[in-house]
Amino acid sequence: MKYDAVIIGAGMSGLSAGIRLAYFDKRVLILERHYAYGGLNSYYTLGGRQYDVGLHALTNYTPPGHRGGQPLNRILRQLRLSREELKLHPQKYSEVRFPGRTLRFTNDVADFIESVATAFPKEAGGFYKVVEDVLSREYVLDGEDGESSARAYLRSFLNDEILIDMILCPVMYYGSPTPHDMPLGQFVVMFRSVYCEGFARPEGGVRTIIKVLVKKYRSLGGKLRMRCGVERIHHDGHRVTSIELDDGEHVEADLVLSSAGFDETMALCAGEANSTGTVAGVSTEDRLSFLESVSIVNVEPSAFGIMPTIVFYNTEDRFTYARPDGAYDLSSGVLCMPGNFTGAALPEGIVRVTNLANYDRWRTMSPAEYAVRKNEWADKASEIVAGMFPDFRPHVIERDVFSPTTIERYTGHLGGAVYGSPRKIHSGRTPLANLAICGTDQGFLGIVGAMLSGILIANAYGME
Amino acid sequence: MADEKVKGIVLDIIATVAPDADISDVDPAKRLRDQLDLDSMDFLDIVMELRKRYKVEVPKEDYPRLESLDSCAEYLGPKLEAHLTS
Ligand SMILES: Cc1cc2nc3c(=O)[nH]c(=O)nc-3n(C[C@H](O)[C@H](O)[C@H](O)COP(=O)(O)OP(=O)(O)OC[C@H]3O[C@@H](n4cnc5c(N)ncnc54)[C@H](O)[C@@H]3O)c2cc1C
Repeated sequence: MKYDAVIIGAGMSGLSAGIRLAYFDKRVLILERHYAYGGLNSYYTLGGRQYDVGLHALTNYTPPGHRGGQPLNRILRQLRLSREELKLHPQKYSEVRFPGRTLRFTNDVADFIESVATAFPKEAGGFYKVVEDVLSREYVLDGEDGESSARAYLRSFLNDEILIDMILCPVMYYGSPTPHDMPLGQFVVMFRSVYCEGFARPEGGVRTIIKVLVKKYRSLGGKLRMRCGVERIHHDGHRVTSIELDDGEHVEADLVLSSAGFDETMALCAGEANSTGTVAGVSTEDRLSFLESVSIVNVEPSAFGIMPTIVFYNTEDRFTYARPDGAYDLSSGVLCMPGNFTGAALPEGIVRVTNLANYDRWRTMSPAEYAVRKNEWADKASEIVAGMFPDFRPHVIERDVFSPTTIERYTGHLGGAVYGSPRKIHSGRTPLANLAICGTDQGFLGIVGAMLSGILIANAYGME
Repeated sequence: MADEKVKGIVLDIIATVAPDADISDVDPAKRLRDQLDLDSMDFLDIVMELRKRYKVEVPKEDYPRLESLDSCAEYLGPKLEAHLTS
């Protein structure tokens, strides 16, 4: 049977694209190599406990009754989902902690404006103008990012480089594919997502969202094949002719959407995909990856004095967002307490810590060294957190750690890149007429971004 | 009468495309966009729903004719004829 569309990947973007196409009566097949849905934001069970791979927070929270073109509403409308299904609980408050200064923000940008004005009185007027200007811009990614720079943009309003670092820290951690700086368009999208709209957590974690998407997709007649990787995309130089699966089977489709990443998809077209995490001619040195630890604690962190929902911290004079030379960079990171969202208490307390990491260092370790270094990192990262807040370490009853190679293994993203390649293709276009890119390398990032990307690309390519 | 039916069809579609929009009090002479907070993505969706439900094709150059409920009735009336009589 020939499909109207085949989608590579059952992550947030692939599932969203699938829902759009299936809703409009296309015969759609999603192919996923892994046994679990969700890709970069999946979930798993370990020792009888349920873990989320990625979820700190859903960005772009808008309260019920809020209408209009904000991404969350747009997604709900386009996927014909109701807001209640996602069971979203907004954050309490979050912090940006730098040496000697702390900024605080909530889902009301007025709180952030006030916090900046208190910590940086001379910059109050300039920051107000930043917010005004960002909000006046379109919520779109199109054209070329070119040489645009978020830092240069912020410097046109602000003088204090530390404040600029502090503003950039959360938006970079939650959505910059490029080190040190980010394109202006991407910055505007992330600034609105993080500071103007804000954070929420679906009750039950990321599986709540994934289950809603999978159920919707299936109810519309969409087909989903798990443990079913695409090994090769065959083409005649102009169009995809067939898709070869890991087991040698061939599938045909009029349209192919791939959420595997641009370089990764091109490697499938060239027949160069392999299992070593490398593709000839593609450098992964400018891709950013992370280490993440998930600690289960025997009391809620708020009970021993860790009150914020999320903390973006930096312990040096200046903030460096880049791939570290060593295996990891302890100088900045993200701390997330999923129990510090509003809503019902979690079954157990959780503390998540994230640091930037170097994929190549982790890839080349022996298995024995790998196990030791993972724990070494998690211990050191916990120590730094313990220096900022009441010590959570005595409360830890279980801990899981994952590395850039874990991310690569389960998602296929080269270099374990969480935000994909620094080069985005906003149009989704590839050299083949009936093959388009959605998700991470299209440019919209994060859970909400990926869903939006799947929708936009399905609309652009799949509705004829 | 037929006009009212077409308007009902369009409102029904809007309720699907934008369930959070309040369609109880739409002025048929005024632009839908201004009254209901619909954007271009929603409009594309209305067109797609017309195709899905009634096999009606609206070419891009005709999108402006879906501006208000009155103009929808005028433009879609003939296209929806089969559905209106049955
Ligand atoms: C540790 C971590 C924390 C994060 N925290 C947050 C957060 O708090 N909030 C937030 O909004 N975002 C967060 N993110 C980012 C977010 O998860 C991603 O931006 C988003 O999930 C990307 O979705 P996607 O569909 O573009 O890509 P993916 O999820 O990567 O989907 C691609 C899918 O394609 C599959 N695939 C690849 N190659 C093949 C092939 N050849 N054949 C078949 N299938 C294939 C993969 O297995 C994968 O399932 C986090 C990510 C990580 C890793």
